[in-house]
Amino acid sequence: MTPRPVAPGGASPSGLVVVLGALVVVVAFASTTITWASEGLARADVLVVFALLIAVGEFLRFTLPGERDAAPIGTAMGLAMALVPDIGGQAPGYDTATVVVVVTVGTAVGVLPHTVAGRGPRAEVLARRLLAVTLAALLFRTLPWPGVGTLEDLAPGWDDDRYLVAIVLLLVALAASAFDAVVAAVVRAGRDHSPLRPALTDEVRAGLGISAAIAATGVLIALAARPMDLIALPVFAVPLLITQFAFRRYAAVRSTYRQTIRSLARLTEIGGYTETRHSQRVGALAVAMGRDLGLSESDLLDLEYAALLHDIGQLSLTDPIPGGATVVAAAVDQRRIAELGAEIVRQAGVLDTVATIVERQADPYRRARLHDVAGDLEVPLASRVIKVANAYDDLVGDSGQMSPQSDALERIHLGMAFEYDPRVVTALTRVLARRSFDAARG
Amino acid sequence: MPADMPVRVHVYVWLLLALTLSCLAVLLPPLDWTSGEWSAAAVLIILGAVGYSWFVTLPTRGTISFGFIVSLAAIPLLGMTGALLVGTAASALQFNGWTKVVRAFNSAQFGLASLCAAVVYVAVGGSTSLAEVAPGDFVVTVVLPFFLASVVHCLVNVVLLSGVVHLHKGASFWGVVVTTLRHSESDVGYALFGLLLAVLWEGAEIGPLSAVLVLAPLYVARWAWSQFDEQQKAYDRTVRALVRAVETKDLYTRGHSERVSQASVMIAGAIGMGEQRTENLRFAGILHDVGKIGVPTRVLQKTGRLTETDFAAIALHPVRGVDMVRDIEFLSEAYDGILHHHERLDGRGYPMGLTADEIPEFARIIAVADAFDSMTSRRSYRQAMPVADAVEELRRCAGTQFEPRFVDALVVALAEDPWTVAQVTPSEDEPAAGGVTPTFDHDDPAVELPARARRPAPVPRREIP
Repeated sequence: MTPRPVAPGGASPSGLVVVLGALVVVVAFASTTITWASEGLARADVLVVFALLIAVGEFLRFTLPGERDAAPIGTAMGLAMALVPDIGGQAPGYDTATVVVVVTVGTAVGVLPHTVAGRGPRAEVLARRLLAVTLAALLFRTLPWPGVGTLEDLAPGWDDDRYLVAIVLLLVALAASAFDAVVAAVVRAGRDHSPLRPALTDEVRAGLGISAAIAATGVLIALAARPMDLIALPVFAVPLLITQFAFRRYAAVRSTYRQTIRSLARLTEIGGYTETRHSQRVGALAVAMGRDLGLSESDLLDLEYAALLHDIGQLSLTDPIPGGATVVAAAVDQRRIAELGAEIVRQAGVLDTVATIVERQADPYRRARLHDVAGDLEVPLASRVIKVANAYDDLVGDSGQMSPQSDALERIHLGMAFEYDPRVVTALTRVLARRSFDAARG
Repeated sequence: MPADMPVRVHVYVWLLLALTLSCLAVLLPPLDWTSGEWSAAAVLIILGAVGYSWFVTLPTRGTISFGFIVSLAAIPLLGMTGALLVGTAASALQFNGWTKVVRAFNSAQFGLASLCAAVVYVAVGGSTSLAEVAPGDFVVTVVLPFFLASVVHCLVNVVLLSGVVHLHKGASFWGVVVTTLRHSESDVGYALFGLLLAVLWEGAEIGPLSAVLVLAPLYVARWAWSQFDEQQKAYDRTVRALVRAVETKDLYTRGHSERVSQASVMIAGAIGMGEQRTENLRFAGILHDVGKIGVPTRVLQKTGRLTETDFAAIALHPVRGVDMVRDIEFLSEAYDGILHHHERLDGRGYPMGLTADEIPEFARIIAVADAFDSMTSRRSYRQAMPVADAVEELRRCAGTQFEPRFVDALVVALAEDPWTVAQVTPSEDEPAAGGVTPTFDHDDPAVELPARARRPAPVPRREIP
């Protein structure tokens, strides 16, 4: 792992994406103004229908798990507009700049109500989507491929082999989706201070399903517009609407699940076993450290649940440990709490990974190796993270002041290499440094 | 379907199959298909078989499979005979190990449904040569007839299926039709995929490749539903596990939360509450006592008389519970159920001393379910009450403590669905590992709080946005 700077320096990737998107919009508006002034509009109805449907699609935007903004219908319509070779037997008669203008206008109209209500999407998300559609339009309509010219001019020559058109459109749409995923990963890695490769894997994994549906629907609409004219647009958006509904329900239950675990993690606090907000603080710290260590999104979710529930075993104790600070409790008590907690979590039958993480949270990093215990020698990384995060929070407590912070770090450093994994402690140091940097910056 | 199927079901199924096969026997021989059409039929049958085998179980709407989409696509592509052939053959070939009878029934019903849909499609002027349809005529000669055909397919499917359920389970035929129909509304939406498949195949001249293109969004929709289903189950089980962890404090109340939830849902069913609200009520029932974790173990363990301070601590548990779950967004109505489940109609309850209609509906339902389970469970200071006696006690307290309407609803529900009493009966010599045996149960209507503890606590009422 290459060392990463504690604080980001220079321009952030998300800022770059927004600037690039804005640049594309300005150029496109300028270019279309000139074209429309000299040549007029070929088919205004096509542009209006696309803009309307993109607006509807953007209005129906929702949030996928992992705080990913999605507007499947808007994106699919944008792709269809970029890629349609033929509408009702005629060439569509617009260029890439027109696509950019229509997508921008449609998106602006669709997003407006959300922005007014104060829950508009981030500018970077909109810019990223626009850039992906622009890329598709450029590849299909503008870029002269060596020896053959643009793909748009090439398509009518394949009238006897229409499936070739389908394959070409699909490849272009996939290229646009891949671009979208890469940009999203770069932005996310920059924002979360995590390595790029796991961020990229996460984006691809999270987007594989919905992106494939969007790309395929965009291509399908583009192909169906030839025999069906503009009616193909709304009619073939309906199936994607149903898919979107399923995703919405999925995203909703995921977020409820998460909120519920966060809430029920407070059981130990309300029961007087732990300090107020201890579980939440350990959860947030553990997730920040896990990101820094490059854990994948699903591993991070397990880590978060395990960190939130790490003290749940105390519910099985008759008497609370004074102050709830498990780091000062006897090692045997710590292990007992860990085991009881794992037992409770394992009862759910669906969180076995989380249960294992909770179970091993009290194990010293080196114990297994020193004593040559049989079985699983390696303490799970997530357990090692929770051990450090929990110790830090127990030592610093609610105060969050500077001096106990450094005292706590020092105590943890003393236990490093036996109790605590040095790599995890380094991650904690980086996370804390970033926090104080952010605090200093305001 | 289990092996002990009545003979009348067998008769029904094999008669249906005979009808389907005779239709095929009449329609197939005069067919003069080109080799291209035969290979198209073969591809559609294989796709359909895959589609029929892909089941997704949905928590609230039964199962959904995508085979019917392919059968519907066969209508504009291959006409009536093609639709019948594809529907019958594809569901006969599905590879998920059904018994012979189920397979026979599926082929017969999907074949007949496709045939009826195709007949309607052609009758209302639907085109079976998509390549020649002018773009302007598409709505009238393809889209509308196809929509009608998918509705007919759905109806025939539901009617034939309800026939089996009626003959097998003895349920009312029309009752089954209505329930099944309610779960089929999204099928008509999914049917549009079939239109897309047909249009791309022939209208846009993409050929069999269009099937691959259509598969992507279909697979994604299926994936999303199965993920939804999985998450819903995981959520449910996790909440139950955590609530059970709270209940380990007291051996006698183990399983109490889940039984209260169950009884609340029974009452909801008897008063005809909607699906979504019932689901929320179910969670409110499970979570209604989580605030008990905030009652000091000392109080719960106490064997002597409880002081007013002890009662005050107990009276705060609904507030504690609500404190914990207030960040869960969807719970808004459940929140009221948890906070007010110890209010009484006469205003002598806690924590706020609300009266009659001031008490939210969820809370009034949970109050009945709560007391009912408490009375029918064994406690350290008394034996479990028989269900009839508990109902008698509820009736006696109806109007003062409980909402009479919900007491009646519980009685109605109990008549249909007998109550399984709490199974946990700890023996006296069982080591109370982490468990305690209190001398009273706060849910027991026989246990009254002293007057001063009943004084409403100063709790701000949550505004529902």
